[in-house]
Amino acid sequence: MKPDFEQFKDLPGTTIFTIEKAREGFHFNEFCMSLRQEENRKRFLADERSYLDEWEMTEEQKEAVLTRDFQKMLDNGGNVYFLSKIFAAEGLSYVQAVSTMTDMNVEQYQAMMKSGGRHIDGWRSKKERGEA
Amino acid sequence: MAKITAGIATSHVPAVGAAIDMGRTEEDYWRPMFEGYEFSKNWIKTNNPDVAIIVYNDHASYFGMEIMPTFAVGVAESFEICDEGYGPRPVPPVEGAPELATHLAASLILDDFDLTVLNVLEVDHGLTVPMSLMFGTPDKWPAKVIPLAVNVVMYPQPSGERCLSIGKAIRRAVAEFDEDLNVQIWGTGGMSHQIQGARAGLINLPWDQKFMDDLINEPEVLQYKPHLEYMREAGSEGVELIMWLIMRGALGDKVDEVYRFNHVPASNTSVGHLILTPKEEA
Repeated sequence: MKPDFEQFKDLPGTTIFTIEKAREGFHFNEFCMSLRQEENRKRFLADERSYLDEWEMTEEQKEAVLTRDFQKMLDNGGNVYFLSKIFAAEGLSYVQAVSTMTDMNVEQYQAMMKSGGRHIDGWRSKKERGEA
Repeated sequence: MAKITAGIATSHVPAVGAAIDMGRTEEDYWRPMFEGYEFSKNWIKTNNPDVAIIVYNDHASYFGMEIMPTFAVGVAESFEICDEGYGPRPVPPVEGAPELATHLAASLILDDFDLTVLNVLEVDHGLTVPMSLMFGTPDKWPAKVIPLAVNVVMYPQPSGERCLSIGKAIRRAVAEFDEDLNVQIWGTGGMSHQIQGARAGLINLPWDQKFMDDLINEPEVLQYKPHLEYMREAGSEGVELIMWLIMRGALGDKVDEVYRFNHVPASNTSVGHLILTPKEEA
């Protein structure tokens, strides 16, 4: 069966981690995996730039990490489960990190979740939103 | 003869594990969710399995991107707990069931499911949070476990048809194991949630509830739901729900619904939980 990676581009505000993205983000995600070890977390937080320079990552990927731009990390082959190692190193929760990718602050995001989450109406497809 | 006597489906939200580990289950935010599992904790006391086959996914905790198996079975004597970045969860190590696990792996491979065999595996919240929800906080887990790890992180995930059909093969394989064992199958993950991008926080409870109905009554139809539809309607991480199809496939044609629970939210996620038993053939 011929893979159809294009189909996911119609999903608004969503980056699907495909086998192609996984290839693009391989070294980046390996860096994230290294943060499973406490000594690496300490070394990373002590000097982020030097730690990042130990990995075969693109400058864009490194910049995205240094500025904690999670959307940019996704755009450059990162996957949120790997990225969680970065925010876990700082003791942040998923809600705290994930909310930064939306147009809400963390309090607004949490309030949305408590009132039942983001409603799907208007978020099904880019076509429906007039974005494609 | 070993027999699959029940199927359990449950979300495996990491924050739920953290709430248990930090003693926060009585807080206003968490109490309604944990109350929904009280029935199940009592139920399993009288229905304790010898072995639970737990279908779950690793969240970049043990598997990096070097090796990404589609289906992998843990056959070891025991499984340690991963450090997911916050330090390992303070729960007991998980005891394996090597004899049934090797029988199961071999049976599935001979049935044309090209499984990866794991002689070493550390398990993450995907497996341990469901155990905490069902068993509470014992010093030693009351059941042995066979972890069945499914790739749901990287597209392409296995298809719904493949998931339902490996579930059916698991049922046959367990029935052909000579020892008398009470075996349960647990399907974990879901329900609707998206933890990335501008659409993060998506919850679709009506869709989740329809999914539960279809899982119980029409799995043969549900199996054809494409990945795109899970991602569109239940969020990018909602695709984890294909793992519930494996559980369902292992229960046979008809099931009885023992228990159902939904709660929104736990962290970013719509929590769903089912206990099903195979309908006895007349």
